[in-house]
Amino acid sequence: MEIKREKLREFTPLEQPRTAEELRVRQLRARELLSGELEGRDLEAHVEERLLATTLEKALSWARSNAMWPATFGLACCAIEMMAMVGSRYDTARYGAEVFRASPRQADMLILSGRVALKMAPVIRRIYDQMLEPKWVLAMGACSSSGGMFANYAVVQGADKFVPVDIHIPGCPPRPEALMHGILKLQRLIQGNPDLGWRQRYNAIGTEEWARKPPAGSLTPPTGGEPAVGLPTTNGGEASDA
Amino acid sequence: MPDAPGLELIAQELNRRFEGSVLGTYYEHEQSALVVNPEHVVDVLGWLRDTPGQEYRFLSSVHGADYLPAEPRFGVHYELLCMARVERLRVKAALADPGGEELPELGSCTHLFPTANFQEREVYDFFGIVFRGHPDLRRIQMPEDYVGWPQRRDFPMGGEPVLFTHNEVETPAWWE
Repeated sequence: MEIKREKLREFTPLEQPRTAEELRVRQLRARELLSGELEGRDLEAHVEERLLATTLEKALSWARSNAMWPATFGLACCAIEMMAMVGSRYDTARYGAEVFRASPRQADMLILSGRVALKMAPVIRRIYDQMLEPKWVLAMGACSSSGGMFANYAVVQGADKFVPVDIHIPGCPPRPEALMHGILKLQRLIQGNPDLGWRQRYNAIGTEEWARKPPAGSLTPPTGGEPAVGLPTTNGGEASDA
Repeated sequence: MPDAPGLELIAQELNRRFEGSVLGTYYEHEQSALVVNPEHVVDVLGWLRDTPGQEYRFLSSVHGADYLPAEPRFGVHYELLCMARVERLRVKAALADPGGEELPELGSCTHLFPTANFQEREVYDFFGIVFRGHPDLRRIQMPEDYVGWPQRRDFPMGGEPVLFTHNEVETPAWWE
């Protein structure tokens, strides 16, 4: 049996009803659907209105961009603005970035809120390394972007010297709106180009978690930088290669 | 704050006890300071802490200073406070720069004032002044592997040059 599909109504997906009459028709149809009385063309039209066709990749990046959980990590005075951003007045919950996770394993986004002292840089790098991919970094304010007013021996002149920064937000400190603007820009970045691209930019191919060598003294033998797929190679395997 | 005559009395008593310990006194803006021979700093602080009638039992701060063109170059300042009379006394030690890789040395007063532990470490960290007899003299604020004494006046400021309009002409062809 041939199934012939035709467009039943001129409807763009998720379109709002234009008139009160149209809204009423929709409501009635939804009620009929719930009671199981909707059949035939009407049922098809109803379903078609509610469908949205997209690619999996787009849907994935849309979902990712709307659930970016920042790490709980305040560096300096910018952190006050970052906290204000989460509060009810500014409310980043609207953009899905309000869940500050106390563990880097659960965080997607690292907001560098303040100046990065020389002693703090390895700590930040470690937290960044502990975060699971995909992960993003926002340099908030002048200090973490360029060193800002702290042009001295103790502060790293720009956080992108040791972590790949996706968005720089200017300001001293940036207002919560500015930070939210940065988050929205990052959302656009993720939705528009899901490929992070920082490995190319920072020449960091081979630093993926699965490609890294296990630390010295660990039980699994080193795999020589190759992807650790399947069982780790043993000494016997290396001997057979040679 | 001991007044000016009181300060002179303290200085005289100290010079009588420890020969050549007090090199001078300052009394300015109702603040009194003793300039002390670095060899006798610990003796002077101990005497000021324990002598009845002095009893400066609280060391509110230790800090270093670098007066580079001047000689002797370094200074270590101890801010003492007598909580009973609410009197403050500043003890200054002037240290010459031994030059080269050598660091100026000074006795530690950690056994007199436990709070001096961290503060002397900070002075060591930023000025490279070694406190003899300190239980754990290592860097406190800068990274452990940092090289140099960043608060000295001949230490480079660090940072990166920023292009403003006023120094635009000094960096020709910056856009290339």
